Amino acid sequence: MSPTMPLPAMASSVTPGPDAARTWPAQQSPAGGGRLPRLLPPAGQPGSDLAAHLGRHGPVPYRGWSARLIPEVRAAGLTGRGGAAFPVHRKLEAVAAASGRAVVVGNAAEGEPASHKDEALLRLAPHMVLDGLQLAAEAVGAARAVLYVRRDLRASTRLDVQISERERRGLDRVAVEIVSAPTRFLAGEESALASLVSGGMAVPRFTPPRVFERGVDGRPTLVQNVETLAHLALIARYGPGWFRAAGTPDEPGTMLCTLRQADGSVSVVEAAIGAPLAELVGRAGTALLVGGYHGAWIPAAQASRLALSNAALRPLGAFTGAGVLAALPADRCGLVETARVARYLALESAGQCGPCLNGLPRIAEALAELAGLAGRQPGPRVLADLSRWAGLVDGRGACHHPDGTVRFIRSALRVFAAEVGQHERGRCTAGNSPPFLPVPAGPSTDADWS
Amino acid sequence: MHGITSSTALWYASRATGVVSLVLLSAVMIIGILVNRQGRLPGLPRFAVLGLHRNLSLLAVTFVALHVITAVADSFVSISLAAAVIPFVSAYEPLWLGLGAVSLDLMAAVIVTSLLRRYIGRRTWRAVHWLAYASWPAAVAHSIGSSKDLQNGPLLGLAVACILGVVGALAWRLARARAEVPRARRVPDLMASQRIPEGHAAGQAPQDRLVRAGRR
Amino acid sequence: MTTTLRVNPIACSGHGLCAELLPELITLDEWGYPVIADQPVPARLARQAGRAVTDCPALALRLSRSR
Repeated sequence: MSPTMPLPAMASSVTPGPDAARTWPAQQSPAGGGRLPRLLPPAGQPGSDLAAHLGRHGPVPYRGWSARLIPEVRAAGLTGRGGAAFPVHRKLEAVAAASGRAVVVGNAAEGEPASHKDEALLRLAPHMVLDGLQLAAEAVGAARAVLYVRRDLRASTRLDVQISERERRGLDRVAVEIVSAPTRFLAGEESALASLVSGGMAVPRFTPPRVFERGVDGRPTLVQNVETLAHLALIARYGPGWFRAAGTPDEPGTMLCTLRQADGSVSVVEAAIGAPLAELVGRAGTALLVGGYHGAWIPAAQASRLALSNAALRPLGAFTGAGVLAALPADRCGLVETARVARYLALESAGQCGPCLNGLPRIAEALAELAGLAGRQPGPRVLADLSRWAGLVDGRGACHHPDGTVRFIRSALRVFAAEVGQHERGRCTAGNSPPFLPVPAGPSTDADWS
Repeated sequence: MHGITSSTALWYASRATGVVSLVLLSAVMIIGILVNRQGRLPGLPRFAVLGLHRNLSLLAVTFVALHVITAVADSFVSISLAAAVIPFVSAYEPLWLGLGAVSLDLMAAVIVTSLLRRYIGRRTWRAVHWLAYASWPAAVAHSIGSSKDLQNGPLLGLAVACILGVVGALAWRLARARAEVPRARRVPDLMASQRIPEGHAAGQAPQDRLVRAGRR
Repeated sequence: MTTTLRVNPIACSGHGLCAELLPELITLDEWGYPVIADQPVPARLARQAGRAVTDCPALALRLSRSR
């Protein structure tokens, strides 16, 4: 059921373009200023070996008491790498200021089927993630640390062993507990995460209160993507200036991207923010999906002129999100791919909110009809229905699942407008090809949410 | 021994208000079930069905209060005020009167939390409101057990009608609840129902099926 | 000070009383769920809004006051 893509033998590093490098006062660093890779170990060096990790980066740089790390994170300008890009220092401050003993959670649910970056990170640099978890726990005064890992990832990595080894060597100040996450699209949503770790199902809760106020067991909870924690650990060692030596002034640092090329090959790379998309995905087929299944399509011609940054992508209604870049091959139909993903997204609804539960399946069926997957000619009202339902669903759920789905679908109708015209006349420019974008099976019983 | 010929006016009043209370409480239960299942009464907007539930419950409480006060004030049988609110401490018919006290206590909790429902939060309010399903049977048992009036004749018929009404409404509620779709099936069922059947005229919207969302 | 009316979509089960009590601000979508106007509650409707909050059988409405 879950996509078991063979993990790329080595995540390659990408040299940043001219905009990406910045000169800052020199700091002690492993890769020297703006050079990559940072998170991922250089070719040939195992990052999953604890001794090698400590040898390369030194011990975990605890600050001595809580909150001392936060000004450095603010200076570095680190934003979350889980998709929402929220400033990390503000989350740390909010959790540290909330009343009650905090809980920190490293989020490796990777509910996005097209993304493999968290899996790659946990295989190639788990100790950087675990260092970040400890430093975050110290920064907010947490008494409990959790690593929330998608169930199949936990089974196929050696995290339990790696954590035990750290404990034996006295590296960790807060014991780390691994919690298995179900393979659901929404499992990584922060309130769903808090719900599952508290013993319930991985379904979102209504906010406010947000999890930084009341999360796991009602306690203030810091939820950070595992990549974010890894960056945090590097900032703690090498400083904000070093972090800002890559990336752009407004969006500093590097990010992990899952690249899905038009030839079908999949890899995970670390790129400086601001790197040209053309260097990452090459000839981007007919269109490029940016961000993930809550992201947006952009036309290939425009994609080749853009950079990997929210500043460059926002005017086209896209954002870097979870770092998924998927190039649609010329022999595939964007509408058909979108319709298949839309059906998956509808099945992944938690089924709690009337608008989402009623709207997404209807949208998915209408899109399937438009894409020619329903075995009949699209009716004259399909586009009007799609537009009306998208408007009814947007912003009316407890979480952002309907919003993200609508953004993805609207971008498809915009970018593939020519195909829409063809499909309304019963034609498709592409043949009947197997799915290009990965679409796992949805839930079949309620236990699939635990 | 209390027959029709040997009671004071207060004792009569207590029995009469008791019967009315039972009928009103039964009506409140039935209409409450209707509200929960989003049922309608002909000609009434939804807020009026809710209004009826609330107003009848306040009327029922009034009659229950009168029922208790007249029973305590009456000197024919010695019932203390304490016995009306503390279960099973009465000297007179401790079991049946005690059940009445149980019903009254639970009812008070339900009423007070409902008056304050806006301020106490959904979960707390709902949890206490479930106690109505304990309060009403206690009231029925109290009514039948403590009063010979209801044990035969037309008033027995009235009591049976109240019981059948509430039990029937409850059975209807349970049947509807069991037909609710589990979470994992909600979307697939809805998507299956959206597929236009072969013979359907092109362009017509399929029969929209409203699937209930929910926390469970 | 602005007063905003919000619905908890998880608690809401589409009873529809709110739209009857406060039609100026709330309409029901084609599935029976409330669509609340994206504006603060005007003072003249404050009492009705409060009533809608109290009367919602699912206690899904919330009035929040902020400066």
